[in-house]
Parts: sequence; structure tokens; C-alpha cells
Amino acid sequence: MLKVIESAVPVACWSCSVAHNESTLFCPHCSKIQPPSGGDFFSVFGLKPCLNLDLMGLEHEFHRLSRRLHPDRFARASESERQWSLADTALLNDAYRTLRDPIHRTEYLLKLHGAEIGEEHSGKDRKDPSRVPADLLEEVFELNMQLEEMRAARKMGEDDPALLASLEQAKAKFDGLLDEVDESLRAQWRKWDEGDAGARAAAQKEMVALLDRRRYLNNLVRDVTETLGA
Amino acid sequence: MAEGRVVGIDLGTTNSLVAFMQGETPVVIPGVDGSNLVPSVVALDPMPADGSRPTVTVGNSARRALIETPERVVYSVKRLMGRGLGEVQRELKFFPFRLAGDVQEGEVPRIQLGELQFTPPEISAYVLRQLKRNAERYFGAPVTQAVITVPAYFNDAQRQATKDAGRMAGLQVLRLVNEPTAAALAYGLDRAKEGTIAVYDLGGGTFDVSILKLRDGIFEVQSTNGDTHLGGDDIDNLLLTIALDEIHAEHGVDLRQHPGAVQGLRKAAIDAKIRLSAEQSAQFDIELPNGDRYQREIPRGVFEQLIEPVLERTAAPCKQAMTDAGITPEQIDEVVLVGGSTRIPAVRQLVDELFHLAARGKKPHTDLNPDEVVALGAAVQAEILAGTAKNTEDLLLLDVTPLSLGIEALGGVVARIIPRNSTIPASATEHFTTGVDGQTNVAIHVVQGERELAADCRSLARFDLKGIPPMTAGLPRIEVKFLIDADGILQVSAREQRSGKQAQIEVKPTYGLTDEQVESMILESFDNAEADFAARLLIEARNEAESIQSKVELARQHPAWALLTSDEQKMVDAAERHLAKVKAGSDLNALRQGIMVLDQATRRLAELMMDAAVTEAIRGKTMQAAGEDLDEELTAPHPMAPAEFK
Repeated sequence: MLKVIESAVPVACWSCSVAHNESTLFCPHCSKIQPPSGGDFFSVFGLKPCLNLDLMGLEHEFHRLSRRLHPDRFARASESERQWSLADTALLNDAYRTLRDPIHRTEYLLKLHGAEIGEEHSGKDRKDPSRVPADLLEEVFELNMQLEEMRAARKMGEDDPALLASLEQAKAKFDGLLDEVDESLRAQWRKWDEGDAGARAAAQKEMVALLDRRRYLNNLVRDVTETLGA
Repeated sequence: MAEGRVVGIDLGTTNSLVAFMQGETPVVIPGVDGSNLVPSVVALDPMPADGSRPTVTVGNSARRALIETPERVVYSVKRLMGRGLGEVQRELKFFPFRLAGDVQEGEVPRIQLGELQFTPPEISAYVLRQLKRNAERYFGAPVTQAVITVPAYFNDAQRQATKDAGRMAGLQVLRLVNEPTAAALAYGLDRAKEGTIAVYDLGGGTFDVSILKLRDGIFEVQSTNGDTHLGGDDIDNLLLTIALDEIHAEHGVDLRQHPGAVQGLRKAAIDAKIRLSAEQSAQFDIELPNGDRYQREIPRGVFEQLIEPVLERTAAPCKQAMTDAGITPEQIDEVVLVGGSTRIPAVRQLVDELFHLAARGKKPHTDLNPDEVVALGAAVQAEILAGTAKNTEDLLLLDVTPLSLGIEALGGVVARIIPRNSTIPASATEHFTTGVDGQTNVAIHVVQGERELAADCRSLARFDLKGIPPMTAGLPRIEVKFLIDADGILQVSAREQRSGKQAQIEVKPTYGLTDEQVESMILESFDNAEADFAARLLIEARNEAESIQSKVELARQHPAWALLTSDEQKMVDAAERHLAKVKAGSDLNALRQGIMVLDQATRRLAELMMDAAVTEAIRGKTMQAAGEDLDEELTAPHPMAPAEFK
């Protein structure tokens, strides 16, 4: 299980034996590479968990760390240093891939704090009526009918301009709803980053619900795009 | 002892090259014949009378054997690397090679070459060994470490097979580098470039496109896409099919029945294709077995219409790569063209349209030779790894995995764990448990690809997590870590967390050689110790001298000998006498010089023999027998060229 490192444990450097903070990937004393820490993705970049991130700064730090950690720099180093470089760089890359994407970042932070987040690839979600957000029930029902009709028409090689226009319209609407969700998420980011424990708990709950809604909308839009593009 | 040089190798479908950094510039190392390109062709010499193992030749000399002893020659083996039996059988429809009769499903397929059998990595190992020797000859010192390039779209098994080939050739493969990325390195080296570049790489057998961001010496790949079955070969096939059909229709001659003839025609088709890049039209002019001539004019317009569907197949990967990188064509600052097929004007036209170049007053970069640029980039990466040069000190390549990694979940659905275009090394940790009380094994199926169902993806490996302590179902918690290393190759480790026991995992790759198999296939060679090296070079040079001497002796009996002028004959005689003299001594440089002089003196003779062989083949007099050696199930109509002419 991932854990947030609040108070880092001191460990001794394998090379110079000077004690250092567990979450650092280099010994501050002798600069030698260290085995991967048990820290979270934020700590890789020397950050406390937060949602509003300076992406330019993150990229800059990613490049700076890559230069020092990458296996290319250790091609002729000792076996253990090569292994650590590989593991550290994988950790760095995984961390960067997750943190630079706003949604992945939010999901990751929520999971760190124990939230259960649905999986993007479990396609069954959208067929399950109990997962449909209540306010969208009617529209989703209508949309699914139209999608079926469209697919049937496509199969017969027919074109139905009215249906097409209506689907395009639905897609635009759901795209708009997605934008709204993202806007609401960003509002919660601020609450989480700046709030106290109580505010954070509330923001977390809110974000989990928003992410559910977002995933649902995303699947819908993807369905429509696929059907239109087919 | 200072460590030796690291060379960069482009192991291509059609040609292979080796390069190194000379000071601040990457340069290609030529072979003994002075040519930078070593054709990726491997031939088995005739079985010696004493029954010892026949010699293997590589490159131009092997290519000559294509016409004379096609059943002992193999080319384009890169297409078979890392592939399973079923895939190889499909692939062989386009190639004349024969599978060994007793290959079992799940085994690495073996190719029958004369009396012997070879796996694709072994054949590639011979090409690599030739390149290694060329480099050693050039440096006068052993070469044991290399960077080898692979198509960006190569999967795990194809990468592993390439690494295995390196090991068999006595090379420690420090890194596999993606070909388009290598090309970008070669271009970006001497300019402090910033911005976004696209590399369009259309080679003999594969197509790759990569989009990179350059900043402060960091080459960060944003996305890559491609097709491992798309290249110049497909264009050759189109021309060949037309010629064969027309010859059949107009002259009543079905050349498909004449294996060698199709090879001759294929050579003519390739020549025509190349001419059409520079001229407005090209001609076929070929004498047929019945004495007729097949003469055909191919205007460039017709050629372009013909190949349009092939070129069009490169468009979708380009668009997908841009989508994945989250950019529009307008955001691409520069486009680099790589691969021999990008010399075709219609390809350049398509690239221009795909990336909106002319409209923005831009042109694609073609200033480096498209055949050499990948090897040059490999040399740059080799220098980065060696860490010895100032000008590569600040360069760093951040590449990505081309295909998503997933595991088969309930119902055969793929659960994606590392998405495509993730920067490598990349990892993912997954947790597994048991479904039955007391269960001690859990099977995991790892796949690579973008499809929803595991059955539609490439199966990478099946892992058996063994030795799980018996517990109530669902209680064990097995943590499995998947790690894609900097070569794009998967590593897996597992741990049972509740008991803290390190579960023993058996990694059974779906395809591929085991460590022991690779070990047993390491090519025989002399010890690499420095002291023996000079002796080894001398022995190799003597072997080479003997080989060329015996070939010249044979050639004297050939009708082509009589076609040489008396001056030319005298030159060959003199060169041969000289070589015999220096061979007796132990002056390595004199011996090499002697070999080169004889090789040059006999060059025209070799060409005349080659032409004669092609003509003979077109007439269908000598090659019918070769066709009978083919497996019946093989749909290739001849031992030389692509099949399935419908």
C-alpha cells in the first residue's frame, strides 16, 4: 500500500554511510544514487501532496532528475547502481506520468488518502443503470437508443442526417458537461490544497463523486465519437 | 584497462551498418569492400568435402549466392525476429525460405538453410558478427559493446530476440534504441535545437513515426506509432506483380513457374523503382525464355497511382501519433525523413500534406543520408552511454513504450497497466489473490497491444506465481511488479505480502529462447583477450584470403572470364600472385591490402557473373530445380521473391 511520508525515516547511505532522509534518491553528502524510497509520487519531486501544480516547474524538475537518474548515466556503473538507476527512473517516470495529468493526479491523491476510485477500463459501468447519474438518466436512455439506431443504419449502409445531427448535438452537450465537471474539480482542488482536515475530507468526498460522473460522461462521449467515426 | 569503444549498429531488414563517434562526429565504418552498407543477407557456403561445418558468409558475397544457390541463402530475416510459428508461416508466404520440418508450436521457428537449421536470432547474429569484425578491423582492437537499433514499433519479443542475437555475436548490448529516435539524435547533435520534431521512417520492411520534444539537450519522445509490415518491399511487390501478369498475358509465359526468373525480374523492378525517384519514367526490358522481349515503359504518374494505397497506410499512424502527443500538424517545427523509401517523391508529397509543410514554408530534413542516419544516431547514443565525450555529455534520450502493457482479466478482457507512449523505464504494481481455499498457484497472462480482448493482443508471457502459502481463498495478497526497462523489455517480480514470502515465479515467455538456448548458440569465436587479438585478426584475414582465392579459381572456369579484356585478366593474375605471397607472411596490413586489391581487380568479373546468372535465370534454364526444394504448402512460387501474385 502506498503511504504518505509525513516524517521521513533516516537511513544510511550505502556508499558514505552518512544518514539521510529516506525519500531522497541521492545521498546529499556524497551524491551517489540511492535505492528507491518508499515515498509517494509527490515526494519524488520533493513536493507535499497537492492538486494545484506548477506544470512547467514539474517538467523542469523531471528533466533535471532524469539527467541524474537515467540508466544511460549508469551504463558502466556497478550492478547495484544500475539496478537502482532503473528502479529510480521507473519511479520518476511513473510519478511524472501520473502527476502531470490533472485527472490521474487527482485520482492518485485520493487513493493515497484511502478513497476507492472506479477503474477507467471496467466498461461494464456504463451499461449498469444504477451507475447512471440521476440527472442524466433520461438523456442517457435517449442517447443509447439513438446510438443503436445509428449503428443499425450504418450496418445497412444508410445515412440518416437527422439522427446524425441529433447525435452531434448530444455529443456537444456532454462535452459541455465534461467541461463543467473539470471546472468543479478545479474548485475542489483549491479547497483541498488550502483547507484544514475537515475541508479536505469534504473536498475528497466531492471529488470522488465528480470523478465518477466524469468517467461516466467520458465513456458516453467515447461511444458517440466511435459511432460517429465508424 | 580502459574499456573499449561502444559502437552503434543499425540492424536493418535490407542493409545493416556499424558506426562510431570520431571526435565529435558520428561516422559509418566501411567493410573490407569499402562499402558502408552490409546487405543483411546470410549464405551458407557449400558443404566441405571432409564433412566439416560449412562457412557462413554475410553481405555482398552472400547476395551473389542468392542467384546461384538460393536454397542456401536467407535475407530480410528481421521480419521473422521474435515471431511465433503461426506468424512466421504467414510471413513466409512472402519469402522463399523453408522452415525446418520438425518445428513445434511454442518453439522458436528454425529456418532450413542447406543441411543446417538456424533460428532468426542466430541468422541476425551472423550479420552482427560481420559488423563487429568490420569495426575491429577498423580499430585494430576488440569491440565487445554495442547499441543496436530496432523499429520503434517492435514488441517485447522482437526486442528480446534482437538482444539475444547480439549476445550470440559476442556483443554486450548496452541499449536497444528505437530507429526514429536514433535518427533524431543524429540530426539534433550539432545544433542546439529546441522544439517539436516528427521523424517519418519508411524502410525496407517497417514503418515508424515518432514525435519528439527537444529541450536543453533532452530528446523526449511524446508518442510513437507504426506498422512492422510496411515498407519498400511492398512497393517492389506491386511492380513485380504487374510485370508478371503482363508477361503472362502478352507473351504466354508464366514466369511464376521459374523461380530464378522472378528473382531476376524483382531486381529489375527494384532498379525501376529507384530510377523513378529521379526520372519521369523507367523501362523494363527483359529477354524471356521463349526469346521474346518484354519491354514496358512505366511513367512516374502510373507508378504513383500504383503505390498510393501503400503510402496511404502511413497516414493513419502519423495522425494517431499526433493525437497521442496532443498536437496538431502546425505545432510540429521540423520533419526528418529516414529510410530509403523516403527518396520517392510521392512519399515526400504525402509527408508534406500530413504535416502541412509547404503551406508553412517548410521542407522536410533530408540532409543526412537516409540509409545511414539511424546508424549515425546509434553511434551518438553509444557515446552517451560510454560517457566519455564532452559534446554528448548533456544529451539524454527519453523514449517511450510503443504498445500498452496489460494483463488478462476475467472474461478475457485486457486490464491495461502501462499505457502506450509511457516514458521508459516504466512500472506498474498489481495485486493478485487466490480464488480457492489452499490454492498455491496463480497464473497471470501478460499481453501487449491496444485491443480490448487479450486474444486480439500479442501474448507476451504466462507467469505462474508458485509457492503461495496455503490460506483461505482471497486472503493471500501477491504483489507483482511489472517493469519495462530502458530497452523496452519487460521484467517481472512478485512477492506474497501477508506471509512476507517471496513467491517463486516461473517466467515462461510465450515465444523466445531460454537463457540456456541463447548460451548454446553463441557463435564460436576466439577469446577476446587483448593478447590473442592480433593473432585472431591475422587468422581471420588468412581465412578471408583463402575464401576469395578459391572463388577466383572457380570464376576462371566461368564463361564470364572470357569476357574480360586481357589487361583485366592480367590484373587479376597479378593481384592473385601478390595475395599468395603476403598470405604466407604475417604482416596483417599487407594481407588486408592484398585482399582488397584482388577484390577490386575481380569486381567487374563478379558483375559479369551476376548478370549472366540473372539472364540464365530469366531464361529459366538453371533455376527450376530450386523450386522443387520448396515445401508444397509454401505459396511462394519461387525461392527468391515475394509470393501471392493474384
